[in-house]
Amino acid sequence: MEVDRADGRNPNQLRPLACSCSILHRAHGSASWSQGDTKVLAAVYGPKAGTKKNENPEKASIEVIWKPRTGQIGKPEKEYEIILKRTLQSICILTINPNTTTSVIIQLLPCAINAACAALVDAGIPMKHLAVAICCCSAESGYCILDPTKLEEQKMKGFAYLVFPNSILSVLPEGSSLVQGEPMEHGIITSVTHGAMSVDDYFHCLERGRAASAKLSDFLRRSLQSKLPGDLSKAE
Amino acid sequence: MGLPNASEDLSSEMEVDAFRRLFPLRYFERHLAESIRPDARPLSRARDTTISMGAVASADGSALAKIGSTTMLAAIKMEVMTPSLESPDEGCVSIDFHMPPICSPLVRPGRPAEAAPVVAKQLSDTISSSGMINLKELSLVGGKAAWMVYLDIYCLDADGALFDAALLSAVAAFSNLQIPTVSLDDGKIVMLPEEQKEENSEKEPVNKEKRKLTLGGIPFSLTCILHKNYILADPTSEEESIMETLVTVVLDSSNQLVSLYKPGGAVLAYTSAVQDCIALTRQRVKELHQILEEAISGMEID
Repeated sequence: MEVDRADGRNPNQLRPLACSCSILHRAHGSASWSQGDTKVLAAVYGPKAGTKKNENPEKASIEVIWKPRTGQIGKPEKEYEIILKRTLQSICILTINPNTTTSVIIQLLPCAINAACAALVDAGIPMKHLAVAICCCSAESGYCILDPTKLEEQKMKGFAYLVFPNSILSVLPEGSSLVQGEPMEHGIITSVTHGAMSVDDYFHCLERGRAASAKLSDFLRRSLQSKLPGDLSKAE
Repeated sequence: MGLPNASEDLSSEMEVDAFRRLFPLRYFERHLAESIRPDARPLSRARDTTISMGAVASADGSALAKIGSTTMLAAIKMEVMTPSLESPDEGCVSIDFHMPPICSPLVRPGRPAEAAPVVAKQLSDTISSSGMINLKELSLVGGKAAWMVYLDIYCLDADGALFDAALLSAVAAFSNLQIPTVSLDDGKIVMLPEEQKEENSEKEPVNKEKRKLTLGGIPFSLTCILHKNYILADPTSEEESIMETLVTVVLDSSNQLVSLYKPGGAVLAYTSAVQDCIALTRQRVKELHQILEEAISGMEID
C-alpha cells in the first residue's frame, strides 16, 4: 500500500539530518540538530560544583531548562524538562562527578533529545551510551510512518516518541551484549505516546523505530567522530 | 544496633528499621528475591482501591479515589462560556492538578512540587487521547454558548502511583457529573437552581433531558517499576524513590493503548518487559472497571 506523504517520502524514510557541534563559544558544549525543517539548539554547562537542594549529593545531577522560542514557560515545557532530565540521567554515568550539576538548556522532543546528546558529548561529560530519539506515528488503517512533520502529526491517530540507546561498538565479544535474547540497543529508554492506538500498532511502531534508530545512531557516531581529531589538537 | 563485622552479617546485627533506612536498596532486593514486597504484596498485585462518589456536595461532579494510601479528590465545576472561533460547536475541558503541602513531607508551601505540572499534563493528554469526553456534547447553542468544564484534582496523600489515582478520580468524577440545568433568558443562558423548577414554568430548561455526559472509552492505568528483571505493579512512594524507572500504561475498556509513558530511567525496557506491563495493566483494567461500576451503582441506589 503506497502512502502519499506530502514531501514524497516513503513510510520508512527519515528527513535529512544535520548536526553541528561547538556552535556557541561560551557554553562548555553545544550542538544544533536539525531533521528537515525542525531545528533544535542545545547548550551544556557543567559540571558545576554543588547540587540543588533535593538532589542526591552522591551522584552528579542534571538540570534541564527548556526555553521555548516564543511564549512563556508553562506546563508543557515543565513536562518536557522532566522527561529530558530523566532520559539524560539514565545515560550519563552519574557516579563519576558527584555533587555537581550539569545544566542542559534547550530551545524544541525527539529533536531535543538528539541535540542534547550531541551537546553533552561536545562538553565531554562521561556517558554510558548515547540516546537516539525518533517519532513514529500510527495512522487509522494501521500502517505506521516515521519522523512526521507537524502537519502529518496532526492528521495521525496516534504517535509515539521513542528513545533508544545508541549501539555499543563491538569492543566486547559478539554474544555478550544480548540481554534476554535481545541485543542491548532494543531496550527503550523513554516512550511518550499521544492518541489511542492498539497494542499491536504500538509494537509495530517500536520495531520501525528500532530500525531507524540504528540509522540515526550511525549518523550521530559519524558526525561526532569527525569532530574528534580537531578537539584533541585544541586541548593541547 | 550491634557493630557489623561482615557485610552479610549486617542484617542480623541491625534492627530492621535501621537497615531499611540505611540500605534501602538491599532491603528491597532481599524481599524481591522471595517474590514479595515489604507490605506483603506479591509483585504483580496492586493495593486496595476504593472510590467514593459525590464527595464534594457543592461541585457538579466529584469523587474521592484511594489506592492504598494515595488519596486523590477530584471535583468538577461547569461554567457557560462562548466557544472559540475555530471550534464553535465544541466545549472545553480544563484540568488542573494540585499537590498541597498536606500530601507529602517533601512538598513545602511556596515551592510547588516538581511532579504536579507533569501529572497535570499527562492527565490532560490522556483524557483527550482516549476520547472519553466528546467535546461536541458540551455545546449548548452552536457558536454562542458552550460548557467549560473545570476539573480540579487535589492530592491529599502522595504515596506512589499518583497518576493512577488521579486518573481514576477524574474518571469517577466524570461518571458522577450532573450537568446543571440552564435556560435561555432573553438570548442569554442562565443557570436554573434545582428548587425553582416548579415555580418558573416560563423558563424552560434548554437541556432538561441531557444531564449526564456519555463517556466514550474510559481509560484506566497502571504504573509499574522496572528493576533488573522484576516488574513491580503499583509502587508506593518508598519504592518509587529507590528504584527510579517507572512505566505507566493506560488502556481503555476496548483494550486500545491510550498511552505508554516511560520518562527515562536507568533500566531499559525490552519488548518482553513492555508486554508484561501491558498484560498486568489489562488485568488491572478489569478490576478497576468493576470497582467503578460498583461505585456508580452505589450512588444510584441512593
